[in-house]
Amino acid sequence: MKKIIALLLAAVMVLGLAACGEKAPEAAETKAPAANTEAPAATEAPASDVTIQVAAVSTAFTDAYPEMWKDIADAFTAETGIKVELVEDKNLEDVIGPSMQGGEYPDVVYLPYGRPGALTEQFVKEKLVADLTDVLDMTVPGEDKKVSEKLAGGFVDTSLTNPYADGKTYLAPMFYDPCGLFYNAGLFEEKGWEVPTTWDEMWELAETAKAEGIALFTYPTTGYFDAFLYALLNTAGGPEFFEKVTHYEDGIWDTEEAKTVIDIIEKLASYTNPVTPAQANDQDFKMNQQLVLDNKALFMPNGTWIAGEMADSPRAEGFKWGMTALPAVKEGGDRYSFCWFQQSWIPAGAENIEAAKQFIAFLYSDKAVEIFLKGGAVQPVLGAAESIEDPEKKAFLSIYDNGAKAAMGGFATYKSVAGLGSVREVYLDPVNGLVSGNVTVDQWVDGIKEASAQMHANLQ
Amino acid sequence: MEKRKGMGHFLFWCVAPAVILFTIFMIIPTLNVFRMSLFERGAYSTTETFVGLQNFKVLFSDPKFITSMQNTILLIVVVTVVTFAFALVFASILTREKIKGQNFFRIIFYIPNILSIVVIAGIFSAIYKPENGMLNSILSMLSGKTVMILWKDQPLVVLSVIIAMVWQAIGYYMVMYMASMAAVPMSLYESSGLDGAGRLTQFFQITIPLIWTNIRTTLTFFIISTINMAFLFVKSMTAKGMLDVGLSFMYNQKDAGLYGYSMAAGVVIFLFSFLLSAMVNWTTKREPLEF
Repeated sequence: MKKIIALLLAAVMVLGLAACGEKAPEAAETKAPAANTEAPAATEAPASDVTIQVAAVSTAFTDAYPEMWKDIADAFTAETGIKVELVEDKNLEDVIGPSMQGGEYPDVVYLPYGRPGALTEQFVKEKLVADLTDVLDMTVPGEDKKVSEKLAGGFVDTSLTNPYADGKTYLAPMFYDPCGLFYNAGLFEEKGWEVPTTWDEMWELAETAKAEGIALFTYPTTGYFDAFLYALLNTAGGPEFFEKVTHYEDGIWDTEEAKTVIDIIEKLASYTNPVTPAQANDQDFKMNQQLVLDNKALFMPNGTWIAGEMADSPRAEGFKWGMTALPAVKEGGDRYSFCWFQQSWIPAGAENIEAAKQFIAFLYSDKAVEIFLKGGAVQPVLGAAESIEDPEKKAFLSIYDNGAKAAMGGFATYKSVAGLGSVREVYLDPVNGLVSGNVTVDQWVDGIKEASAQMHANLQ
Repeated sequence: MEKRKGMGHFLFWCVAPAVILFTIFMIIPTLNVFRMSLFERGAYSTTETFVGLQNFKVLFSDPKFITSMQNTILLIVVVTVVTFAFALVFASILTREKIKGQNFFRIIFYIPNILSIVVIAGIFSAIYKPENGMLNSILSMLSGKTVMILWKDQPLVVLSVIIAMVWQAIGYYMVMYMASMAAVPMSLYESSGLDGAGRLTQFFQITIPLIWTNIRTTLTFFIISTINMAFLFVKSMTAKGMLDVGLSFMYNQKDAGLYGYSMAAGVVIFLFSFLLSAMVNWTTKREPLEF
């Protein structure tokens, strides 16, 4: 009898502990299995019985308007009858990552490229994202226009949305934001300086500012160089050159245009505030941004969120945010501002792909655009930017109306190979070394050439 | 006889839960790491390709991995030596000398240990800040001119991380040694004092040998935890790519979509830490002394 009791007790203990141990990841997933049990119904039953799980990363936009995704989900359910289960988190990859490794996928994921865990990049590399090409021909739920008729031009022609160069769209473009050089417009007025329109003027300004003890340039972290580099490639050689570089074409780094790009970055590094690399980490990057607020550096590459991000920081008297596109290489040459945008996608293993596609189509509806705007997020929908009320944001977004061209896209996806660094490691991180002087330009360019050849060989 | 058998069963069932959990959550995942290091796959791939020892072959010729391991070893050696030296000396001073506010110092030294690494990184970014940071301000005051040392840039970044790691670890080990030093009988010190032994001699001839077992154990702990700590400090304090250590290399590979390759790095680090602990254990072996 005693034995049996002991045995039972021990069994209960094991079960209890095991259950505790296994419950933890489940709790984090926010009821993922619930969505699954209903999944088989998806194919036969009408769409209204389906519940889709939407995983959205929380960003500055949701800080500004926390109800954003909930409102979107409610509006979508009201329109289509499809229920939505939301998973929101600042570190979304930690929440949905483990269950996705276990083979349970949310139906819609809003998570852009360039995040620390590179989850979206990995899904694209593994070809685990669903084809969204037919979403473009879908009618936006609740409206009579097709998605493609509403989308602003150019957004689904880039390697960010069509990663495999097969003419098919796999990632839906979301919230766009022009990136450029940010500066203190108040200081320029006070000193009577002109914002440079060519790089030559930029270097002149650098000397003038140096005499006043102000460095020309700073950057938050090397990660912010991606948008800068894309725009610079476009100003140096136009979109064709940009295409070639981002597709790792043979010998592209030996061309005249590439030489221009390298020279500009080298010179810029020499005019960069020397404290920058010491603060170019995730802990201290705001101190670099502060350099611009304190008039210790003139320009930094950034996005329009900077005004909100640094809203509470102390600043020099008369400080006013200004933003400019990258200067032209020659007088009268093209100026570019990189148009950064985010992505939503459907994992290929998702259970309710059809319903998920409807959800993505709905993200371009007038109703959704309006809700997103409450958080300052602008959908790449024609006319979306017109209803923005915040004058600062409006001014930033008007950069393309003032003569700057939009650069879009990014480095093409290549198959990861052991020993080959990432784009950021090869192209961007060495900039820290260029500024502090422990990496030479030749070392940097040689590294790029070597990696570029390997990346070309592994293009997807 | 019957009773002993019952006892055996009881013990079996008492130990079973822990063993089962340990197997499920420690042993199986560890074996899985070894298995996955032989495959080529991404973190989210549905397929995997067996590549044998290819990952290891590439790993040992990857200059980034070599640098990362060099950095790891540098941090382990320097941080361990400095931390242990300071912890032992401070512990000895606080137990042996009559100092006002002993407990106060004990608490002050211990506090860094209860802070999270992120908080420590925050504290040190204020200390190391190039413009009007604490360290540069003090140096400016002492030297009479503006000092602008870039602590978190190359080449000083290693030193900065070492200082932060030592600061974080001293308190914990000091308290450990204080506990064992307090157990050393006062009579030994008194009689050696009568024989003319000074403080230093007492420290090296009496204190150290008598707490040697404690030092050995903590040394093994420390070396293993430093491998992990180095990663946390580097991750939270330095710019990406500026100072990589073994584990940060492993994470970078995972993020690049090379799960198998990163597991191969994991295996090497795992074996490295085991081997190192074994070596330390073996070289520090002494006849235990008792008082």
